[in-house]
Amino acid sequence: MLKQKAILFDATLCVGCGECYLACKQANDLPETNTDFLKDHLGANTYTVVEQYEDVYTRKLCMHCVDPTCVSVCPVGAFTKTELGPVTYDEDKCLGCRYCMQACPHHIPRYEWSKVNPRVRKCIMCYDKIKNGEQTACAEACPAEATIFGNRDEIIEIAKQRLAENPDSYYQHIYGLEEAGGTNVLALSPVPFDKLGFATNLPKEPLPTYTAKALEKIPGVVAGGGVFLAAMYWLTKRKNKIAEEEKQSNFTKE
Amino acid sequence: MKLIIPKITFWRVVAVLIVIAGLYSTYLRLFGGLSASTNLSDDFPWGLWIGFDILVGVGLAAGGFSICAIVHIFNIEKYKPLARPAILTAFLGYLLVIFGLIYDLGKPYNIWHAIIYWNPRSVMFEVAWCVMLYTTVLFLEFIPVVLEKYRYYKILNFMKKIGIPIMIVGIILSTLHQSSLGSLFLIIPQKMSQIWYSPLLPVYFFISAIGAGLSMVIFEAYLSARAFNKGIEAELLSRVGLISVIVLMIGFVIKVIDLIVSGNFTLLLTINNYSLLYYLEVLIGIFIPFGLLIQKTFRENRRWLYASAVMVIAGFLLNRLNVSISSISPETGVSYFPSVNEVSVTLMLIVIGLWSFKLIAKNFPVFTEEMHQEEYEAKLKENTATN
Ligand code: SF4
Ligand code: SF4
Ligand code: SF4
Repeated sequence: MLKQKAILFDATLCVGCGECYLACKQANDLPETNTDFLKDHLGANTYTVVEQYEDVYTRKLCMHCVDPTCVSVCPVGAFTKTELGPVTYDEDKCLGCRYCMQACPHHIPRYEWSKVNPRVRKCIMCYDKIKNGEQTACAEACPAEATIFGNRDEIIEIAKQRLAENPDSYYQHIYGLEEAGGTNVLALSPVPFDKLGFATNLPKEPLPTYTAKALEKIPGVVAGGGVFLAAMYWLTKRKNKIAEEEKQSNFTKE
Repeated sequence: MKLIIPKITFWRVVAVLIVIAGLYSTYLRLFGGLSASTNLSDDFPWGLWIGFDILVGVGLAAGGFSICAIVHIFNIEKYKPLARPAILTAFLGYLLVIFGLIYDLGKPYNIWHAIIYWNPRSVMFEVAWCVMLYTTVLFLEFIPVVLEKYRYYKILNFMKKIGIPIMIVGIILSTLHQSSLGSLFLIIPQKMSQIWYSPLLPVYFFISAIGAGLSMVIFEAYLSARAFNKGIEAELLSRVGLISVIVLMIGFVIKVIDLIVSGNFTLLLTINNYSLLYYLEVLIGIFIPFGLLIQKTFRENRRWLYASAVMVIAGFLLNRLNVSISSISPETGVSYFPSVNEVSVTLMLIVIGLWSFKLIAKNFPVFTEEMHQEEYEAKLKENTATN
């Protein structure tokens, strides 16, 4: 079994230097989109941003959910949850229905709106690099240990350790352990997570279970509906026929 | 040959202007992409083309399977004159939905990928398959009309034999995808206003589609009656109107119970944009038409019947736009309003739909009763005898 990889972002350690932002741009060959990285937003050419909320810096990027909504909703399976953890995208399969964007609980996927041949764009956790045993570009670039990369189980241990060793500097919660089934990008913060723009109103169970409940009913509708309709057809036809015959026999009697 | 110059009327001029505007927007969409032609953004990836062209288009075509079930499965023969217009409406409706999808999809040339790349966990995948199959079914349901015109009695006879199974398949497919259009939104419980979000969304979509689809039948019948004076019995239509509003009322009652049980009823007591939109939707789409058509005098008055049908359709439209656009809170404060181009393409699709309906109804036996088995056989014999 391959070990699932994960990123840990620790907002208490982040100094807001923007190295991760630049490294991501470089690794993915993306053009400059804003002279001030703190003012930039996620976009078709920006897969991660550093944001400032008062004196706390935070990062935003695809969370690489454990049971990703985007993977479940895509009609053609253009998204894949890889064994290593990253959620990747195949632009050749994609039809551009944008259900993935509508459905992602973290508002992550972005679209190339101005292109005639548009693609969905988001962080893919440097899949090609980590397949070869390297780290993600952002983790490599971070000078402050605020973004680190490793096996998910070990990353969780590190997160727990940090919470235990410095209880006063942390809001006691590891984001991504159970949010909508968990994520492969985990986060620690000095303040409650909604203050940093994280989605905190997510249910514990993965969101795909919500649609699964409806999809499960299909075989029943097909089988039950078929039997019901056929029976109705037969019954009402017979009823009409009997009524017709009665009419006729009454007619002949008269 | 005699040259026919169409009379210039107000509506014809409007239609031509709409088509010209629509074609210009089509040009922008083709060569400038979605950002040149729409107001869609990363915050609002779905707009008018999904909300109206797909959700409303498919929903209003529900008259097709509803009438079909009444006539052919429940064998209530007196509604038979409605079956063909309803099937034609549905068939054209689905063709337009597919046409609309070509505008909305970022990569429309990949539309066929749904056939080869499967993801059964996706509601969208299920909808795609149902729409494909049901459009085929509608074609098969409508083809007898064409065969009748050209007197292909042999094939007609064969079609007649497989007719019922085809209709059953059609009804099941419709049930599935009408409701699934609602299921699409089940996956975003945390993004939607709880006024509209409910695990019962698929049920509401199904019920409201039947109600509005039936009103659409009235609407079409009225337009056709005006266009070529071969109307459908007024009595029949007023009954359809009654069924339509009763179905919608049942849906509303379930919704209210649902809101009370889930504890979200209080959301309706505070006045804000969401609750006002909801009130507007049920007022126009359910309450006023219900209040009117429940009374015999209004129901049997052609104009009121027609006006109610239009209200039901408008309320339905608002409901679908509310669910797919208004109820969804974007991450940042931006809002969405459709661009001129999105509107013009939508209007163009409507014009094309009405115009094709008229053309087909004029040239094919849509508003006449279909022939019975015995008649076919008699004709068949006649034909072989004369040959
Ligand atoms: S954050 Fe969104 S885009 Fe990223 S894996 Fe999760 S659902 Fe997919
Ligand atoms: S836009 Fe592409 S990747 Fe996203 S759900 Fe649609 S087909 Fe899948
Ligand atoms: S590189 Fe590290 S310290 Fe610098 S902004 Fe990114 S996460 Fe923060």
